[in-house]
Amino acid sequence: MIGVIDYKAGNAPSVYNALKKIGGDVLMVKRAADLEKIHGVILPGVGSAMATMDSLNEMGIRSPLEKKVRSGNMPFLGICIGMQILFEHSAEGDVPGLGWLKGNVTRFDKNRVRVPQMGWNEVRFCRKHPLVENMGQSGHFYYVNSYHVNPADQDDILAVTDYDGDFCCMVQRDNIMAAQFHIEKSGPLGLKLLANYLQLVEGGKPLC
Amino acid sequence: MLTKRLLACFDMRNGMVTKALQFQDNFDIGSAAEIACKIYEDQIDEIIFYDITASADKKPIDLATVRTVAKRVFVPFTVGGGIRNLDDMYQVLKAGAEKISVDSMAVRNPAIIEEGAKAFGSQCIVLSMQVKRVEKTERIRSGYEIAIDGARTYTGMDALEWAKRGESLGAGELCVNSIDCDGTHNGYDLEITGLIADAVSIPVIASGGAGEPSHIADAFLQTGASAAIISSMLYSPKLPRNYPVAEIKNFLLKEGIPVRPYLK
Repeated sequence: MIGVIDYKAGNAPSVYNALKKIGGDVLMVKRAADLEKIHGVILPGVGSAMATMDSLNEMGIRSPLEKKVRSGNMPFLGICIGMQILFEHSAEGDVPGLGWLKGNVTRFDKNRVRVPQMGWNEVRFCRKHPLVENMGQSGHFYYVNSYHVNPADQDDILAVTDYDGDFCCMVQRDNIMAAQFHIEKSGPLGLKLLANYLQLVEGGKPLC
Repeated sequence: MLTKRLLACFDMRNGMVTKALQFQDNFDIGSAAEIACKIYEDQIDEIIFYDITASADKKPIDLATVRTVAKRVFVPFTVGGGIRNLDDMYQVLKAGAEKISVDSMAVRNPAIIEEGAKAFGSQCIVLSMQVKRVEKTERIRSGYEIAIDGARTYTGMDALEWAKRGESLGAGELCVNSIDCDGTHNGYDLEITGLIADAVSIPVIASGGAGEPSHIADAFLQTGASAAIISSMLYSPKLPRNYPVAEIKNFLLKEGIPVRPYLK
Protein backbone atom coordinates (compact mmCIF):
# COMPACT_ATOMS: atom_id res chain seq x y z
CA MET A 1 0.00 0.00 0.00
CA ILE A 2 1.22 3.47 -0.93
CA GLY A 3 0.31 6.52 1.14
CA VAL A 4 -0.25 9.97 -0.30
CA ILE A 5 0.04 12.72 2.29
CA ASP A 6 -3.16 14.74 2.06
CA TYR A 7 -2.69 18.27 3.31
CA LYS A 8 -4.82 21.28 2.62
CA ALA A 9 -2.78 23.09 -0.01
CA GLY A 10 -1.57 19.90 -1.67
CA ASN A 11 -2.87 18.22 -4.79
CA ALA A 12 -3.16 14.76 -3.25
CA PRO A 13 -6.29 13.85 -5.32
CA SER A 14 -4.34 14.12 -8.59
CA VAL A 15 -1.60 11.84 -7.29
CA TYR A 16 -4.22 9.44 -5.89
CA ASN A 17 -5.98 9.30 -9.28
CA ALA A 18 -2.73 8.62 -11.12
CA LEU A 19 -1.78 5.78 -8.73
CA LYS A 20 -5.24 4.27 -9.10
CA LYS A 21 -4.93 4.44 -12.89
CA ILE A 22 -1.81 2.24 -12.81
CA GLY A 23 -3.41 -0.24 -10.42
CA GLY A 24 -1.87 0.97 -7.17
CA ASP A 25 -3.26 0.25 -3.72
CA VAL A 26 -3.47 3.76 -2.27
CA LEU A 27 -4.29 5.38 1.06
CA MET A 28 -4.75 9.08 1.65
CA VAL A 29 -2.61 9.82 4.70
CA LYS A 30 -4.38 12.31 6.95
CA ARG A 31 -2.78 11.54 10.30
CA ALA A 32 0.31 9.93 11.80
CA ALA A 33 -1.45 6.61 12.48
CA ASP A 34 -2.01 6.14 8.73
CA LEU A 35 1.75 5.82 8.27
CA GLU A 36 1.59 2.42 9.99
CA LYS A 37 -0.52 0.99 7.18
CA ILE A 38 1.71 1.89 4.23
CA HIS A 39 4.95 0.68 2.64
CA GLY A 40 5.80 3.72 0.55
CA VAL A 41 4.94 7.39 0.98
CA ILE A 42 4.44 10.20 -1.51
CA LEU A 43 4.52 13.86 -0.51
CA PRO A 44 2.83 15.81 -3.29
CA GLY A 45 2.89 19.54 -3.36
CA VAL A 46 1.66 22.76 -4.73
CA GLY A 47 1.75 26.10 -2.98
CA SER A 48 4.63 27.32 -0.88
CA ALA A 49 7.37 25.67 1.17
CA MET A 50 6.18 27.39 4.32
CA ALA A 51 2.55 26.31 3.90
CA THR A 52 3.69 22.73 3.35
CA MET A 53 5.95 22.69 6.41
CA ASP A 54 3.15 24.26 8.48
CA SER A 55 0.70 21.60 7.28
CA LEU A 56 3.04 18.74 8.19
CA ASN A 57 3.49 20.25 11.64
CA GLU A 58 -0.25 20.86 12.13
CA MET A 59 -1.07 17.30 11.09
CA GLY A 60 1.46 16.08 13.68
CA ILE A 61 3.05 14.02 10.94
CA ARG A 62 6.49 15.53 10.63
CA SER A 63 8.44 13.50 13.18
CA PRO A 64 6.60 10.17 12.59
CA LEU A 65 7.30 10.62 8.86
CA GLU A 66 10.93 11.42 9.56
CA LYS A 67 11.21 8.27 11.64
CA LYS A 68 9.61 6.05 8.98
CA VAL A 69 11.71 7.41 6.14
CA ARG A 70 15.04 8.08 7.81
CA SER A 71 15.29 5.16 10.24
CA GLY A 72 12.70 2.82 8.75
CA ASN A 73 13.88 3.04 5.13
CA MET A 74 10.37 3.57 3.78
CA PRO A 75 10.64 4.55 0.07
CA PHE A 76 9.78 8.24 -0.07
CA LEU A 77 8.80 10.13 -3.21
CA GLY A 78 8.51 13.91 -3.09
CA ILE A 79 6.85 15.86 -5.87
CA CYS A 80 7.36 19.59 -6.57
CA ILE A 81 7.23 21.34 -3.17
CA GLY A 82 7.53 17.82 -1.76
CA MET A 83 11.03 17.84 -3.28
CA GLN A 84 11.97 21.36 -2.22
CA ILE A 85 11.22 20.89 1.48
CA LEU A 86 13.70 17.97 1.64
CA PHE A 87 16.54 20.49 1.66
CA GLU A 88 17.97 22.59 4.46
CA HIS A 89 16.68 25.99 3.43
CA SER A 90 14.27 27.57 0.97
CA ALA A 91 14.49 31.13 -0.32
CA GLU A 92 10.69 31.02 -0.67
CA GLY A 93 9.65 32.70 2.55
CA ASP A 94 13.21 32.25 3.91
CA VAL A 95 12.25 29.07 5.81
CA PRO A 96 14.17 26.01 6.93
CA GLY A 97 13.16 22.72 5.30
CA LEU A 98 13.31 19.17 6.60
CA GLY A 99 17.05 19.03 5.90
CA TRP A 100 17.05 15.35 4.86
CA LEU A 101 19.26 16.34 1.96
CA LYS A 102 22.02 18.94 1.98
CA GLY A 103 21.53 22.03 -0.12
CA ASN A 104 19.10 24.88 -0.65
CA VAL A 105 16.25 26.12 -2.81
CA THR A 106 16.51 29.27 -4.92
CA ARG A 107 14.30 31.21 -7.34
CA PHE A 108 14.62 31.44 -11.11
CA ASP A 109 15.70 34.92 -12.24
CA LYS A 110 12.63 36.63 -13.71
CA ASN A 111 14.86 39.06 -15.58
CA ARG A 112 16.14 36.14 -17.63
CA VAL A 113 13.18 33.72 -17.95
CA ARG A 114 9.43 33.73 -17.36
CA VAL A 115 8.65 32.82 -13.76
CA PRO A 116 6.98 30.46 -12.97
CA GLN A 117 8.37 27.96 -15.41
CA MET A 118 5.11 26.52 -16.64
CA GLY A 119 4.87 23.73 -19.18
CA TRP A 120 6.58 20.67 -20.59
CA ASN A 121 10.36 20.60 -20.48
CA GLU A 122 12.93 17.92 -21.21
CA VAL A 123 14.22 15.86 -18.28
CA ARG A 124 17.65 14.29 -18.88
CA PHE A 125 18.49 11.35 -16.65
CA CYS A 126 22.06 11.47 -15.30
CA ARG A 127 22.42 7.90 -14.10
CA LYS A 128 20.65 4.57 -13.84
CA HIS A 129 18.15 3.94 -11.06
CA PRO A 130 15.07 1.68 -10.76
CA LEU A 131 12.84 4.80 -10.54
CA VAL A 132 13.84 5.86 -14.06
CA GLU A 133 14.23 2.40 -15.56
CA ASN A 134 13.10 1.93 -19.17
CA MET A 135 12.58 5.65 -19.60
CA GLY A 136 15.37 6.15 -22.14
CA GLN A 137 17.84 8.98 -21.70
CA SER A 138 15.30 11.78 -21.53
CA GLY A 139 11.62 12.67 -21.77
CA HIS A 140 9.26 15.64 -21.45
CA PHE A 141 7.47 16.25 -18.16
CA TYR A 142 5.13 18.97 -16.88
CA TYR A 143 6.53 21.72 -14.67
CA VAL A 144 5.09 24.52 -12.59
CA ASN A 145 7.82 26.03 -10.48
CA SER A 146 9.35 29.34 -9.54
CA TYR A 147 12.03 27.75 -7.35
CA HIS A 148 14.45 24.87 -7.82
CA VAL A 149 16.80 22.87 -5.59
CA ASN A 150 20.60 23.07 -5.47
CA PRO A 151 21.89 19.87 -3.87
CA ALA A 152 25.24 20.27 -2.08
CA ASP A 153 26.17 16.71 -2.95
CA GLN A 154 26.25 16.23 -6.74
CA ASP A 155 25.82 12.47 -6.24
CA ASP A 156 22.22 13.12 -5.15
CA ILE A 157 21.27 14.42 -8.61
CA LEU A 158 19.30 11.92 -10.68
CA ALA A 159 18.16 14.19 -13.54
CA VAL A 160 18.49 17.75 -14.84
CA THR A 161 16.45 20.14 -16.98
CA ASP A 162 17.49 23.28 -18.83
CA TYR A 163 15.68 26.48 -17.82
CA ASP A 164 18.14 29.38 -17.79
CA GLY A 165 20.82 26.67 -17.57
CA ASP A 166 20.59 23.18 -16.12
CA PHE A 167 18.91 22.78 -12.75
CA CYS A 168 18.47 19.61 -10.69
CA CYS A 169 14.98 18.22 -11.33
CA MET A 170 15.28 14.78 -9.71
CA VAL A 171 17.18 13.59 -6.67
CA GLN A 172 17.77 10.20 -5.11
CA ARG A 173 19.72 9.30 -2.02
CA ASP A 174 19.11 5.86 -0.48
CA ASN A 175 15.33 5.55 -0.06
CA ILE A 176 14.67 9.28 -0.58
CA MET A 177 13.55 10.17 -4.12
CA ALA A 178 11.95 13.29 -5.53
CA ALA A 179 11.06 15.12 -8.71
CA GLN A 180 10.44 18.82 -9.31
CA PHE A 181 8.04 18.19 -12.21
CA HIS A 182 4.49 16.95 -11.72
CA ILE A 183 4.84 13.20 -12.26
CA GLU A 184 1.07 12.79 -11.83
CA LYS A 185 0.30 15.29 -14.61
CA SER A 186 2.94 14.30 -17.14
CA GLY A 187 0.81 12.02 -19.31
CA PRO A 188 1.93 8.47 -20.19
CA LEU A 189 5.59 9.11 -19.26
CA GLY A 190 4.60 10.34 -15.82
CA LEU A 191 2.44 7.26 -15.26
CA LYS A 192 5.38 5.08 -16.31
CA LEU A 193 7.65 6.74 -13.76
CA LEU A 194 5.00 6.32 -11.09
CA ALA A 195 4.66 2.65 -12.06
CA ASN A 196 8.43 2.29 -11.53
CA TYR A 197 7.99 3.71 -8.03
CA LEU A 198 5.11 1.31 -7.35
CA GLN A 199 7.27 -1.58 -8.51
CA LEU A 200 10.08 -0.38 -6.31
CA VAL A 201 7.84 -0.30 -3.23
CA GLU A 202 5.88 -3.47 -3.83
CA GLY A 203 8.45 -5.51 -5.70
CA GLY A 204 10.98 -4.92 -2.94
CA LYS A 205 13.68 -3.89 -5.40
CA PRO A 206 16.92 -2.60 -3.90
CA LEU A 207 16.88 1.18 -3.80
CA CYS A 208 20.40 1.82 -4.99
CA MET B 1 14.11 23.90 -23.49
CA LEU B 2 10.66 24.74 -22.24
CA THR B 3 8.19 23.85 -24.99
CA LYS B 4 5.15 25.81 -26.22
CA ARG B 5 1.88 24.41 -24.96
CA LEU B 6 -1.29 23.46 -26.81
CA LEU B 7 -4.40 23.79 -24.67
CA ALA B 8 -7.73 22.25 -25.59
CA CYS B 9 -10.57 24.41 -24.36
CA PHE B 10 -14.14 23.31 -23.89
CA ASP B 11 -17.24 25.21 -22.87
CA MET B 12 -19.31 22.90 -20.74
CA ARG B 13 -23.06 23.08 -20.18
CA ASN B 14 -24.86 20.43 -18.13
CA GLY B 15 -21.93 18.04 -18.52
CA MET B 16 -21.88 18.49 -22.31
CA VAL B 17 -19.31 20.29 -24.41
CA THR B 18 -20.92 23.14 -26.26
CA LYS B 19 -19.58 25.53 -28.87
CA ALA B 20 -20.42 29.19 -29.34
CA LEU B 21 -19.75 31.70 -32.10
CA GLN B 22 -18.54 35.03 -30.71
CA PHE B 23 -19.93 34.14 -27.30
CA GLN B 24 -23.43 33.38 -28.64
CA ASP B 25 -25.50 30.65 -30.36
CA ASN B 26 -24.34 27.52 -28.54
CA PHE B 27 -24.71 24.00 -29.84
CA ASP B 28 -23.75 20.74 -28.07
CA ILE B 29 -20.87 18.57 -29.30
CA GLY B 30 -20.74 15.63 -26.85
CA SER B 31 -20.14 14.50 -23.28
CA ALA B 32 -17.47 16.60 -21.56
CA ALA B 33 -15.80 13.64 -19.86
CA GLU B 34 -15.57 11.62 -23.08
CA ILE B 35 -14.25 14.47 -25.17
CA ALA B 36 -11.65 15.25 -22.49
CA CYS B 37 -10.46 11.61 -22.45
CA LYS B 38 -10.26 11.46 -26.21
CA ILE B 39 -8.19 14.61 -26.43
CA TYR B 40 -5.94 13.38 -23.59
CA GLU B 41 -5.30 10.14 -25.50
CA ASP B 42 -4.52 12.31 -28.50
CA GLN B 43 -1.73 13.87 -26.31
CA ILE B 44 -2.93 17.40 -25.81
CA ASP B 45 -0.69 19.29 -23.36
CA GLU B 46 -3.44 20.74 -21.15
CA ILE B 47 -7.21 20.93 -20.89
CA ILE B 48 -9.44 23.85 -19.86
CA PHE B 49 -13.11 23.61 -19.02
CA TYR B 50 -15.35 26.63 -18.74
CA ASP B 51 -18.54 25.74 -16.94
CA ILE B 52 -20.95 28.08 -18.67
CA THR B 53 -23.94 26.77 -16.74
CA ALA B 54 -22.26 27.90 -13.55
CA SER B 55 -21.17 31.27 -14.90
CA ALA B 56 -24.20 32.29 -16.99
CA ASP B 57 -27.02 30.63 -15.04
CA LYS B 58 -25.43 31.17 -11.60
CA LYS B 59 -25.65 27.42 -10.86
CA PRO B 60 -23.10 25.54 -8.71
CA ILE B 61 -19.98 24.29 -10.52
CA ASP B 62 -20.38 20.81 -11.96
CA LEU B 63 -17.94 19.11 -9.59
CA ALA B 64 -19.10 15.63 -10.62
CA THR B 65 -17.80 16.17 -14.15
CA VAL B 66 -14.58 17.71 -12.79
CA ARG B 67 -14.07 14.57 -10.68
CA THR B 68 -14.74 12.22 -13.60
CA VAL B 69 -12.34 14.08 -15.87
CA ALA B 70 -9.65 14.20 -13.15
CA LYS B 71 -9.77 10.41 -12.78
CA ARG B 72 -9.12 9.85 -16.45
CA VAL B 73 -6.94 12.71 -17.62
CA PHE B 74 -3.28 12.94 -16.57
CA VAL B 75 -2.28 16.30 -17.92
CA PRO B 76 -3.00 19.65 -16.22
CA PHE B 77 -6.60 20.55 -16.10
CA THR B 78 -8.07 24.01 -15.47
CA VAL B 79 -11.64 24.82 -14.49
CA GLY B 80 -13.30 28.18 -14.92
CA GLY B 81 -16.75 29.66 -14.86
CA GLY B 82 -18.87 30.31 -11.83
CA ILE B 83 -16.02 30.52 -9.30
CA ARG B 84 -17.28 32.97 -6.69
CA ASN B 85 -15.00 32.68 -3.71
CA LEU B 86 -12.13 30.88 -2.05
CA ASP B 87 -14.31 27.96 -1.06
CA ASP B 88 -15.34 27.39 -4.70
CA MET B 89 -11.65 27.35 -5.61
CA TYR B 90 -10.90 24.86 -2.86
CA GLN B 91 -13.77 22.58 -4.01
CA VAL B 92 -12.57 22.62 -7.63
CA LEU B 93 -8.96 21.86 -6.64
CA LYS B 94 -10.04 19.05 -4.32
CA ALA B 95 -12.16 17.62 -7.15
CA GLY B 96 -8.86 17.16 -9.00
CA ALA B 97 -8.31 20.28 -11.11
CA GLU B 98 -4.83 21.85 -11.08
CA LYS B 99 -5.80 25.41 -11.85
CA ILE B 100 -8.70 27.80 -11.54
CA SER B 101 -9.57 30.35 -14.17
CA VAL B 102 -11.18 33.58 -13.03
CA ASP B 103 -12.64 36.20 -15.36
CA SER B 104 -15.64 38.48 -14.74
CA MET B 105 -15.64 37.79 -11.02
CA ALA B 106 -12.02 38.98 -10.77
CA VAL B 107 -12.92 42.24 -12.49
CA ARG B 108 -15.67 42.82 -9.92
CA ASN B 109 -13.48 41.75 -7.04
CA PRO B 110 -9.76 41.86 -7.89
CA ALA B 111 -8.86 40.84 -4.32
CA ILE B 112 -9.91 37.28 -5.16
CA ILE B 113 -6.78 36.92 -7.32
CA GLU B 114 -4.61 37.85 -4.36
CA GLU B 115 -6.53 35.69 -1.91
CA GLY B 116 -6.51 32.69 -4.28
CA ALA B 117 -2.79 33.04 -4.93
CA LYS B 118 -2.08 33.28 -1.24
CA ALA B 119 -4.22 30.27 -0.33
CA PHE B 120 -3.30 27.91 -3.17
CA GLY B 121 -0.27 29.44 -4.89
CA SER B 122 -0.02 31.69 -7.93
CA GLN B 123 0.38 28.68 -10.23
CA CYS B 124 -3.27 27.80 -9.53
CA ILE B 125 -4.71 31.11 -10.63
CA VAL B 126 -5.27 31.81 -14.31
CA LEU B 127 -6.63 35.28 -15.03
CA SER B 128 -8.75 35.02 -18.16
CA MET B 129 -9.51 38.29 -19.93
CA GLN B 130 -12.14 39.05 -22.55
CA VAL B 131 -10.55 41.72 -24.74
CA LYS B 132 -12.18 43.81 -27.43
CA ARG B 133 -10.44 46.04 -29.95
CA VAL B 134 -11.66 49.66 -29.54
CA GLU B 135 -10.54 53.11 -30.53
CA LYS B 136 -7.51 54.30 -28.56
CA THR B 137 -8.48 56.91 -25.98
CA GLU B 138 -6.84 58.58 -23.03
CA ARG B 139 -8.44 55.98 -20.79
CA ILE B 140 -7.87 52.97 -23.05
CA ARG B 141 -4.42 53.59 -24.41
CA SER B 142 -3.72 50.07 -25.67
CA GLY B 143 -6.83 50.19 -27.85
CA TYR B 144 -8.21 47.09 -26.15
CA GLU B 145 -11.00 47.13 -23.58
CA ILE B 146 -11.92 44.50 -21.00
CA ALA B 147 -15.43 43.03 -21.21
CA ILE B 148 -17.15 40.71 -18.76
CA ASP B 149 -20.16 38.40 -18.54
CA GLY B 150 -19.69 36.68 -21.89
CA ALA B 151 -18.78 39.95 -23.66
CA ARG B 152 -22.11 41.47 -22.66
CA THR B 153 -20.78 44.20 -20.40
CA TYR B 154 -17.96 46.62 -21.16
CA THR B 155 -15.90 47.89 -18.26
CA GLY B 156 -13.96 50.86 -19.61
CA MET B 157 -10.78 49.16 -18.39
CA ASP B 158 -7.64 49.06 -20.52
CA ALA B 159 -6.75 45.40 -21.23
CA LEU B 160 -3.00 46.00 -20.94
CA GLU B 161 -3.37 47.74 -17.57
CA TRP B 162 -5.63 44.97 -16.28
CA ALA B 163 -3.10 42.34 -17.39
CA LYS B 164 -0.31 44.07 -15.46
CA ARG B 165 -2.52 44.48 -12.43
CA GLY B 166 -3.46 40.78 -12.60
CA GLU B 167 0.20 39.84 -12.53
CA SER B 168 0.93 42.11 -9.58
CA LEU B 169 -2.06 40.70 -7.66
CA GLY B 170 -0.58 37.23 -8.03
CA ALA B 171 -2.07 35.56 -11.10
CA GLY B 172 0.19 32.76 -12.36
CA GLU B 173 -0.92 32.95 -15.99
CA LEU B 174 -2.90 35.29 -18.21
CA CYS B 175 -5.29 34.04 -20.87
CA VAL B 176 -5.95 36.68 -23.54
CA ASN B 177 -9.29 35.87 -25.09
CA SER B 178 -10.15 38.00 -28.12
CA ILE B 179 -13.85 38.76 -28.51
CA ASP B 180 -13.29 39.89 -32.11
CA CYS B 181 -11.49 36.71 -33.17
CA ASP B 182 -13.45 34.15 -31.10
CA GLY B 183 -15.17 31.63 -33.34
CA THR B 184 -13.98 33.24 -36.58
CA HIS B 185 -11.25 30.65 -37.27
CA ASN B 186 -9.16 33.38 -38.88
CA GLY B 187 -6.33 33.44 -36.34
CA TYR B 188 -5.58 34.97 -32.95
CA ASP B 189 -5.41 38.68 -32.20
CA LEU B 190 -1.63 38.87 -32.35
CA GLU B 191 -1.44 42.54 -31.43
CA ILE B 192 -2.93 42.44 -27.94
CA THR B 193 -1.45 39.00 -27.22
CA GLY B 194 2.00 40.37 -28.06
CA LEU B 195 1.49 43.60 -26.12
CA ILE B 196 0.52 41.74 -22.98
CA ALA B 197 3.20 39.03 -23.32
CA ASP B 198 5.86 41.74 -23.58
CA ALA B 199 4.51 43.63 -20.57
CA VAL B 200 4.39 40.76 -18.04
CA SER B 201 6.82 38.06 -16.95
CA ILE B 202 4.22 35.35 -16.24
CA PRO B 203 3.14 33.03 -19.08
CA VAL B 204 0.52 34.31 -21.53
CA ILE B 205 -2.01 32.12 -23.35
CA ALA B 206 -3.31 33.17 -26.78
CA SER B 207 -7.01 32.46 -27.13
CA GLY B 208 -9.79 32.86 -29.68
CA GLY B 209 -9.66 32.44 -33.43
CA ALA B 210 -7.50 29.40 -34.21
CA GLY B 211 -8.77 27.59 -37.31
CA GLU B 212 -5.64 25.93 -38.67
CA PRO B 213 -2.11 25.06 -37.48
CA SER B 214 -0.51 28.12 -39.12
CA HIS B 215 -2.52 30.37 -36.78
CA ILE B 216 -0.89 28.70 -33.80
CA ALA B 217 2.56 29.04 -35.38
CA ASP B 218 1.85 32.77 -35.91
CA ALA B 219 1.01 33.22 -32.24
CA PHE B 220 4.27 31.53 -31.17
CA LEU B 221 6.49 33.17 -33.78
CA GLN B 222 5.06 36.68 -33.67
CA THR B 223 4.22 37.09 -29.97
CA GLY B 224 5.76 36.03 -26.67
CA ALA B 225 2.82 33.69 -25.92
CA SER B 226 3.77 30.54 -24.00
CA ALA B 227 0.63 28.63 -24.87
CA ALA B 228 -2.24 28.65 -27.33
CA ILE B 229 -5.83 27.60 -26.87
CA ILE B 230 -7.52 25.56 -29.57
CA SER B 231 -11.02 24.20 -29.60
CA SER B 232 -13.07 24.17 -32.83
CA MET B 233 -10.20 22.94 -34.97
CA LEU B 234 -9.95 19.86 -32.75
CA TYR B 235 -13.54 18.74 -32.74
CA SER B 236 -16.12 21.11 -34.19
CA PRO B 237 -18.26 19.58 -36.94
CA LYS B 238 -18.87 23.10 -38.25
CA LEU B 239 -15.35 23.35 -39.67
CA PRO B 240 -14.39 21.86 -43.06
CA ARG B 241 -11.92 19.65 -41.27
CA ASN B 242 -10.54 18.91 -37.78
CA TYR B 243 -6.87 18.51 -36.89
CA PRO B 244 -5.43 15.75 -34.70
CA VAL B 245 -2.89 16.98 -32.10
CA ALA B 246 -0.09 15.01 -33.80
CA GLU B 247 -0.62 16.85 -37.08
CA ILE B 248 -0.60 20.25 -35.35
CA LYS B 249 2.58 19.39 -33.46
CA ASN B 250 4.33 18.17 -36.60
CA PHE B 251 3.45 21.44 -38.29
CA LEU B 252 4.79 23.48 -35.37
CA LEU B 253 8.02 21.44 -35.24
CA LYS B 254 8.59 22.08 -38.95
CA GLU B 255 8.20 25.79 -38.22
CA GLY B 256 10.98 25.47 -35.66
CA ILE B 257 8.69 25.80 -32.63
CA PRO B 258 9.63 23.57 -29.67
CA VAL B 259 6.73 21.36 -28.59
CA ARG B 260 6.39 18.33 -26.34
CA PRO B 261 7.14 15.40 -28.68
CA TYR B 262 4.26 13.23 -29.75
CA LEU B 263 4.80 9.71 -28.31
CA LYS B 264 4.14 6.88 -30.73
